[in-house]
Amino acid sequence: MASMRDIKRRKSSIQSTGQITKAMKLVATVKLQKARGKAEQNQPYSDCMYKTVQSILERSDSISHPYLQGGDSPKKAVIVISSNRGLAGGYNSNVVKLITKGELAGEDLDIYAIGKKGREALQRAGYHIKLDCSDICEEPTYADAAALGREILDSFAKGEVGEIWLAYTWFKNTVVHEPRLVKLLPVEKEEGDNQEQIPMNYEAEEESILEMLIPKYITSLIYGGLLESVASENGARMQAMDSATSNAEEMIDDLTLLYNRARQGSITQELTEIIAGASAIS
Amino acid sequence: MAERTFSIRIITPERVFYEGTAVMAEFNTSEGEIGVYAGHIPMTVILKPGVLTLTEEGGQKKAALHTGFAEILQDSITILAEEAEWPGEIDIARAEAARERAEARIREHKADTDIARAETALQRAMARINTLR
Repeated sequence: MASMRDIKRRKSSIQSTGQITKAMKLVATVKLQKARGKAEQNQPYSDCMYKTVQSILERSDSISHPYLQGGDSPKKAVIVISSNRGLAGGYNSNVVKLITKGELAGEDLDIYAIGKKGREALQRAGYHIKLDCSDICEEPTYADAAALGREILDSFAKGEVGEIWLAYTWFKNTVVHEPRLVKLLPVEKEEGDNQEQIPMNYEAEEESILEMLIPKYITSLIYGGLLESVASENGARMQAMDSATSNAEEMIDDLTLLYNRARQGSITQELTEIIAGASAIS
Repeated sequence: MAERTFSIRIITPERVFYEGTAVMAEFNTSEGEIGVYAGHIPMTVILKPGVLTLTEEGGQKKAALHTGFAEILQDSITILAEEAEWPGEIDIARAEAARERAEARIREHKADTDIARAETALQRAMARINTLR
């Protein structure tokens, strides 16, 4: 059996780890609340943008624009949103797996990495990292998303890439987060629900509206993805730290039991020795 | 008879900026300034930086709008703007400084200056300043 001192040392080390994970969980909880609020505030904008773009596309079958057809290059750009810090359970590896094993596995990709962890993992897997803007994933702003959107549309316009994808983690609720891979460009028209359409007039030409709208649409999707990912990251971290804390507590309970047993054993042994000594004298 | 009103929603990526009813909305578009009453024909317009004036039954409200688009229907308007500010949220000193910077950039006009960008910056600054007037 391990000595009492060893058990004691082990116990105190687990205790301090437990305190750290508990503190991290609290921090993640607060950040999650904030991130979730922000993601919810963005919802109406994204929804409205999506609806408008879809309704314009539905009415303008005849328009041929590179944004709708896709480029000739077989190369695809993927924006990968992960986090800068680990200790968030499977959050980062799930996003990376989406790239390495998902729909796009084995294709020629240009990675636009947001988040250090995802970038490192993809670099190790041999992907080409075109751009790294990891600094924006802590507190994403719309301006950051717009800058990235411009950058990526530039390379699309130059013909460097033929398609643009976005990998992020969808935040369903505090415990369910789902990594998702969506195609940003060419814009896909949603088939089916052909609701009644109000005839719409465009003050400018439809093509120029599309020209202006699509970049905004892309930006809003990137921004939405960023917000959802930040919420998911903190949700995942909160969960991971919660289970770490409860594991630590469990271990401490076990060790306390072990410690008490060892203490009792040593007392019994001492007593036996004393009695044996006393009876030897008499 | 009370004037006809329509519902108006102004949405930015950060928040739902305004939601309510108005008698008339005036704002700046790519084709010039327009004013919209209830019963307007359905139309989608592109916004330019400018002042938004909302005439409600109780009075007028002003706000600065920067780039985006508006969807006008018979009885409602939805404005999707990248940025929108109430007069109270505008930092006038910053707007003035931005205006001077943009004007200087346009005046000097070096080969590498992005004139379109400078002009947009100027328009934004002017929108902010005009909103406060």
